[in-house]
Amino acid sequence: MSTGDLIRDERVRGRGLFERVFVRPEIGALAAALVLFVVFAAVSPVFTQPASLATILYGASTVGIMAVGVSLLMIGGEVDLSAGVAVTTSALTAALIAYWFGGNIWWGVLFSLIAALAVGALNGWLLTRTRLSSFIVTLASFFMLTGLNLGVTRMLTGGVATPSIEAAPGYELGREIFAADVPVFGITIKITVFYWIALVIIATWILRRTRVGNWIFASGGAPAAARASGVPVRATKIGLYIGVGFCAWLLAMHQLFAFKTVQSGEGIGNEFLYIIAAVVGGCLMTGGYGSAIGAAIGALIYGMALKGVVYAEWSPDWLKFFLGAMLLAATVFNVYLQRRAARGRIR
Amino acid sequence: MSTSTSTDTFALQLDGITKHFGGIVAIKHFDLQIKPGEIVALVGDNGAGKSTLVKIISGMYQPTAGEIRLNGAPTNFRDPSDARTKGVEVVYQDLALVDLQPVYMNMFLGRELRKKPFGTLDRREMAAQTQALVDELDVRIPSAKAPLSDLSGGQRQGIAIARATNWASSLVLMDEPTAALGVAETARVEQIIMRLRERGAGVLIVSHNMEQVFRVADRVTVLRRGTQVATKRIDEVTHNELIAMITGLTS
Ligand SMILES: Nc1ncnc2c1ncn2[C@@H]1O[C@H](COP(=O)(O)OP(=O)(O)O)[C@@H](O)[C@H]1O
Ligand SMILES: [Mg+2]
Repeated sequence: MSTGDLIRDERVRGRGLFERVFVRPEIGALAAALVLFVVFAAVSPVFTQPASLATILYGASTVGIMAVGVSLLMIGGEVDLSAGVAVTTSALTAALIAYWFGGNIWWGVLFSLIAALAVGALNGWLLTRTRLSSFIVTLASFFMLTGLNLGVTRMLTGGVATPSIEAAPGYELGREIFAADVPVFGITIKITVFYWIALVIIATWILRRTRVGNWIFASGGAPAAARASGVPVRATKIGLYIGVGFCAWLLAMHQLFAFKTVQSGEGIGNEFLYIIAAVVGGCLMTGGYGSAIGAAIGALIYGMALKGVVYAEWSPDWLKFFLGAMLLAATVFNVYLQRRAARGRIR
Repeated sequence: MSTSTSTDTFALQLDGITKHFGGIVAIKHFDLQIKPGEIVALVGDNGAGKSTLVKIISGMYQPTAGEIRLNGAPTNFRDPSDARTKGVEVVYQDLALVDLQPVYMNMFLGRELRKKPFGTLDRREMAAQTQALVDELDVRIPSAKAPLSDLSGGQRQGIAIARATNWASSLVLMDEPTAALGVAETARVEQIIMRLRERGAGVLIVSHNMEQVFRVADRVTVLRRGTQVATKRIDEVTHNELIAMITGLTS
């Protein structure tokens, strides 16, 4: 027996560089994004034009902003089915306050922020109080918010949409901040793209560099162990829902200032786009694993598919089929990675 | 962190600990002293009250009556995190580790080291301290940076014990730490436990394995249906006497 064998006796196995790269959560999504880009670029010459790329990025950002909050939440082991309608709730709050009280639109923006954070906090609080699954709790809040959106809007305006905010004082500034077109090297890029990138950087920093990030991974991956080690699991989860609330508010303000009016029935079903982006990007439904960058790549895949079928002049009917297939493929791939990661376990 | 421990200060002192669950008397008037660096085994048949006693000392249950002293000072624990801040660490039967995180993160979970100026995680320092501790206790693992899921059952229990030891200023509690392990792994973990003597924390270990009790413990205390039967130095008692005390049958 050589000394190498002696030292290695209790080692289960080592990890090569290749394997370490390959178990990064976002690697599958990255490969899929590259393939998709090449396919669309080959099929449609329009796809790779700068203006088209800017449009794709814009489409990706509207899902990507939410996917930041949703992916952190999923790493923390929970889902939020109310995330889609919560965006509409937030936009409606601002528009209806401006309509009902008149005055500066920024009061509406401020109250909308408070409302969005409160909805998130309430979701998290209900979850940790009742100890029900987040599927049930947020399914309930999804339905309640959907009803509130329609009911309150009709009560205050008599219709299904809010009146235009264009004439309200403060509108111009709001549009500059939330819905501006930013010229970059002669291409016009929507400001949401920059918000999206900023959020991804902040979320990645939190996950990788702060103790809160560590608590998110632990709360999702092994909540009992985290609790036993003194991690504030409840506060972490409530915080994650509040984070989703913030993302919902940011996207809502973009929609409000870009479209000036809000349809009270909007947002239903979008929660699944956010979940798809996160899962395609490598987040495990069981929590404890994933990355904000992965979710951003997931959103980018959505943006490419959404606009790609248009540029390729395919029928958009196939978009949803494609998204479903992507989700399935990504999940199978993730489970495979998870098994690989768990291979060294004895118990 | 060590306070001026004179030789007559006990790491843990239990006086008349009693615990009722409704009508059931789970623990009746239990007394024990553990010196710093001493390993005491707690033995007894199933349902004797061993786990209940461990839960009282770790702050999970409040005793119905009796007094707990840590390093001489009377103490009561509001909850497990309170006990932890007062220097009592538990090695759980089910490990309480996070599979998807590296060894050093498990070591520091909930107590992460941070660095200036932004309060970001000091991964390098955590990994270095973990490596030093793991080397000192001779827990053989590939690296402090290896994900926990890469380790064997014995290595994991070694990490759980190392973590408890690192943070315990007074006492380490272990409830059947080797119950889930094979023979070779149990031997490794026992070596790690015995190395805790040098670090000065008291150790209370629950075990069903009599050979293990004789191998690692300095003293042994026996519970039978909630009643403390005896506390003996390990060299004052034979295997058969111990079995007789546990079962209540004289052979
Ligand atoms: N939470 C509880 N509620 C009621 N009875 C309990 C509880 N915990 C333990 N007991 C009872 O106390 C006694 C001692 O149990 P336990 O401490 O688990 O024994 P051991 O760990 O020695 O096997 C048993 O009779 C058990 O049924
Ligand atoms: Mg027990």
